[in-house]
Amino acid sequence: MNELQFLTWVRGTGLNIAVAIFLLGVTWRLFEIYSLGRKKDLSAPRHASGASGLHTVFRRSLAPPGMLKRSPVSYIGGYIFHLGLAVVVFLFAPHILLISNLTGLSWPGLPSQFIDLAAVVTMAAMLVMLVDRISKPVKRFLSTFEDWFTWTVTFLPVLTGWMAVQHLLLPYTTMLALHILSVEILLIVLPFTKLFHAFTLFGSRWYNGRVNAHKGVPV
Amino acid sequence: MQGPLIDTLARQGVSRRTFLKYCATLASMMALPPAAGLAMAEAMAAARRPSVIWLPFQECTGCTESFTRSHSPTLEGMIFDMISLDYQETLMAAAGHQAEEARHTAMRDNAGKYLLVIDGSIPLDQGGAYSCIGGRSNLDILKEAAEGAAAIIAMGTCAAYGGIPKANPNPTGAVSVSDIVKDKPIVNIPGCPPIPVVMTGVLAHYLTFGSLPELDDKGRPKAFFGETIHDRCYRRPFYDQGKFAKTFDDEGARRGWCLFELGCKGPVTYNACATVKWNGGTSWPVESGHGCLGCSEPDFWDAGGFYKALSLPADPLKFAAAAAVVGTGAGVAIGFANRSKKGGAKSAHETTTLDDLEK
Repeated sequence: MNELQFLTWVRGTGLNIAVAIFLLGVTWRLFEIYSLGRKKDLSAPRHASGASGLHTVFRRSLAPPGMLKRSPVSYIGGYIFHLGLAVVVFLFAPHILLISNLTGLSWPGLPSQFIDLAAVVTMAAMLVMLVDRISKPVKRFLSTFEDWFTWTVTFLPVLTGWMAVQHLLLPYTTMLALHILSVEILLIVLPFTKLFHAFTLFGSRWYNGRVNAHKGVPV
Repeated sequence: MQGPLIDTLARQGVSRRTFLKYCATLASMMALPPAAGLAMAEAMAAARRPSVIWLPFQECTGCTESFTRSHSPTLEGMIFDMISLDYQETLMAAAGHQAEEARHTAMRDNAGKYLLVIDGSIPLDQGGAYSCIGGRSNLDILKEAAEGAAAIIAMGTCAAYGGIPKANPNPTGAVSVSDIVKDKPIVNIPGCPPIPVVMTGVLAHYLTFGSLPELDDKGRPKAFFGETIHDRCYRRPFYDQGKFAKTFDDEGARRGWCLFELGCKGPVTYNACATVKWNGGTSWPVESGHGCLGCSEPDFWDAGGFYKALSLPADPLKFAAAAAVVGTGAGVAIGFANRSKKGGAKSAHETTTLDDLEK
């Protein structure tokens, strides 16, 4: 298999398989999670201002008082790399082209130099987060295989994409194929790991907010 | 400068100065040091005219057509003065047994020294019956001719990588020259058709230094195939700014914006079109408004469609809908299983009374 055949495979059969597993996993997990239900709370609801599902969805996007000072890397690094990922994934012209081809939705992109900068900043933030995870004893103790694994499968698409654009290490064709392959791996593992928070994040915040609101606790 | 070639060129009205300029350009194109231009001019001017046997196999003669009509008046064409072309079916006057005789004589007289140029792929199915010359299969002729060759030049994508005859489902079992010949140096000059100056460059290098130029991992001269079309494309700034032509006749196309969205394969195609251009530097496919097809890459024909952008799926995602349905089914089924498990746990629940605790 030469580079172009490899690229054609990852754009063709590989993508077909990955998207299929991704969709299968996402629908499966969403139905499984949301059909679980919870026991009915028989106590009378207690009202407190600012206690609701919607409030919690927004409030948990901000650091609780004092926490920003205690673990700045988690909050600032986390914000930077999530925003960076969003910029790189959704505002790079070839990516928009793919999305518009699959869904029909399209929007303007950013110049590739800006995307390049965003990719570098994203990778730097992710590396800082990784170092922080390794060097802080508590974080390290709490980390399982899944944490290291999901970090890797998230980092690789950014790295290979950036290296492909910059023509580093391998010929562009091979790097582009590796980039698409790494995204396919990400698509396959996403529904079955903690990366599924991309889908459940706001749902669980809303749920927790509702439960707390019922108890009259604005969290 | 003396020698047979410079005299022939002088008769054709090509001055010494023009010839030197051409050699200097060729040397710089091949990224050779400045002195190499002069060395090339001297070696080429005095060339002993190596014997060249040019065999056409399963091909369309487009490579020969493109090559012989490259420039007019032709400096690339001087290769025909620089070499002794002893066998070329399209160009030679002889036919039938006389033609075969010419080939055999050249092979016998220059054994171990002649250059073998191949265009066209070699079909292997049905014992090679898909393409025969003088009642012999291409495979037979290639093996015989390769035996005494000093080096082989695979001209065009068919000879270099199998090309269009090899396109899926490859009905004739076509293969490339390097699939058959393993023990001779082979230079691949892919392209559909290949750029004429690459051929001249390789020959000039061979005549000047007695060796073949440096090749990449696909057997192509690095000097010409070292960079992608995309990296050398004059429309590249538009790609970086995100300005794309969406159709072949929109505002973007008229303004000369990037053709990536129209399926240009420039980013994955290694060739010199963007710098050397075609028809004496007049234009080249992207300049004329069409994306690169990637013709100098192996299996370019099967690389997911000429008009599909590189970032798009090569095939339709046919499992997607089925997968979503199966996933929904699995989710709902597991949901029901969980509910019955919960129900079972609830009904199996035994309440603890005070009496139980005091037992």
